[in-house]
Amino acid sequence: MIPKNLRFTKDHEWIKVEDGKAVVGITDFAQSQLGDVTFVETPKLNSAVKAGDILTSVESVKAASDIFAPVSGTIAEMNPALESNPELINSDPYGNGWICALTSINAADMDNLLSPEQYAEHIKG
Amino acid sequence: MAAGGRVIDFSGWLLPVQYKGIIDEHNAVRNAVGIFDTCHMGRFILEGSTARADLSRLISCDVESLKPMRCRYGFFLNEAGGILDDVIVYNLDNEKFMVVANAGTRSKDEEWIAKHIQPDTTFKNVSDEMGKVDMQGPQSTEIISKLLNYDFSSLKYFGCQEIDALGTKMIVSRSGYTGETGYEIYADAAKMEEIWDVCVSAGATQCGLGARDTLRLESALPLYGHELSENVTPVEAVATRYAGGKDYIGKAAVEKIMKEGPKVLLAGFRIEGRRSARHGDPVLFNGEEAGKVTSGSFAPTLGCSIGFAYVKPELASIGTSLEINTGRAVLEGKVVELPFVSKRSK
Repeated sequence: MIPKNLRFTKDHEWIKVEDGKAVVGITDFAQSQLGDVTFVETPKLNSAVKAGDILTSVESVKAASDIFAPVSGTIAEMNPALESNPELINSDPYGNGWICALTSINAADMDNLLSPEQYAEHIKG
Repeated sequence: MAAGGRVIDFSGWLLPVQYKGIIDEHNAVRNAVGIFDTCHMGRFILEGSTARADLSRLISCDVESLKPMRCRYGFFLNEAGGILDDVIVYNLDNEKFMVVANAGTRSKDEEWIAKHIQPDTTFKNVSDEMGKVDMQGPQSTEIISKLLNYDFSSLKYFGCQEIDALGTKMIVSRSGYTGETGYEIYADAAKMEEIWDVCVSAGATQCGLGARDTLRLESALPLYGHELSENVTPVEAVATRYAGGKDYIGKAAVEKIMKEGPKVLLAGFRIEGRRSARHGDPVLFNGEEAGKVTSGSFAPTLGCSIGFAYVKPELASIGTSLEINTGRAVLEGKVVELPFVSKRSK
């Protein structure tokens, strides 16, 4: 079930904007392709990123994958729970498995993202 | 695939990497019981009065003294001592032997065996006619005994037994590739699906190649194409205990390298972190390239990452600190005693 209040990238990141803060994670599709997540890199806090820049990287038993910023902004926070429980990305990718929070986001970048329906089509193809 | 297995191409076979998840499957084998579909592996039968002598030439371990209903691990070596494959040889009745080899090396092995047998030895590649399921984990003795109606608690490690069960003939050996107590069940290929289903009904967790790799790595078991290849002999692979045969192809080369000393040695390393090194990553010592990673992974039972690398012999001693450049980060690894997990009863 793809949550309705999120926006998506073609690279399987999701973003939720609330009160000027944006929370970013990877989708259920992405976590199932990755397999059991074993490590999440701590991103450079307070650094600025442009849409499409590498935010951080995630490792699973079988592979490593870069996570890209859906929008431009400043990296404010990383989910502290992921340090000892990276598997939250697998078990709760849209909730407790959130990866990063961004502030000072460029709202215009949101227009380039996919709606839930568009993302559903994207992963079907 | 109906069971939700995620299938990949493994040397030409379609095999599942995982069913539910690698870590869950790994833990099921360490704590309970799991099953692996290993039908893709090579299986060869050699029969006749000259079969034993032929296998003594072909395999590095002592085949001369292998008693009936026992099996043994060894290598096919070429004349330079390079490892062509790692195999297990079974003595089924002194004039009938089974050799079990890797999947990707099936044709290579068949050609190699055919080239080195005497006219009185009959040789058959039964890889497609027979199948194999591995049942592994501390509960496996209880489960397999109930399933096949035979008391396997009396079967010793590396022993085997021919039985009639589920309406078919089976060969079962107490052996495996996980470091846990376990069994390899050989039967007619046509019966394998039924055998798989009854194992699942009895509570065995379906396990794929992903868990097979994390389990064998934690137990420090080498993998052909990674730790083992034609580019190394049993000396570099720190496996000369499997090369104790009296007179096998490659013995002279192995002895020469043992005398002169190998140029590299296989070392196991542990990284105190969850980030993993991978096959092919360069190993550095004092900033200079000093080796290459052959296998690396997160180890679910340990909660950190481990791996193998071929390094200069002086760096292979326990306690040496190495750096591994994964391309994403430079990780610190320490050479440790093997196996990585504590030795289990088998």
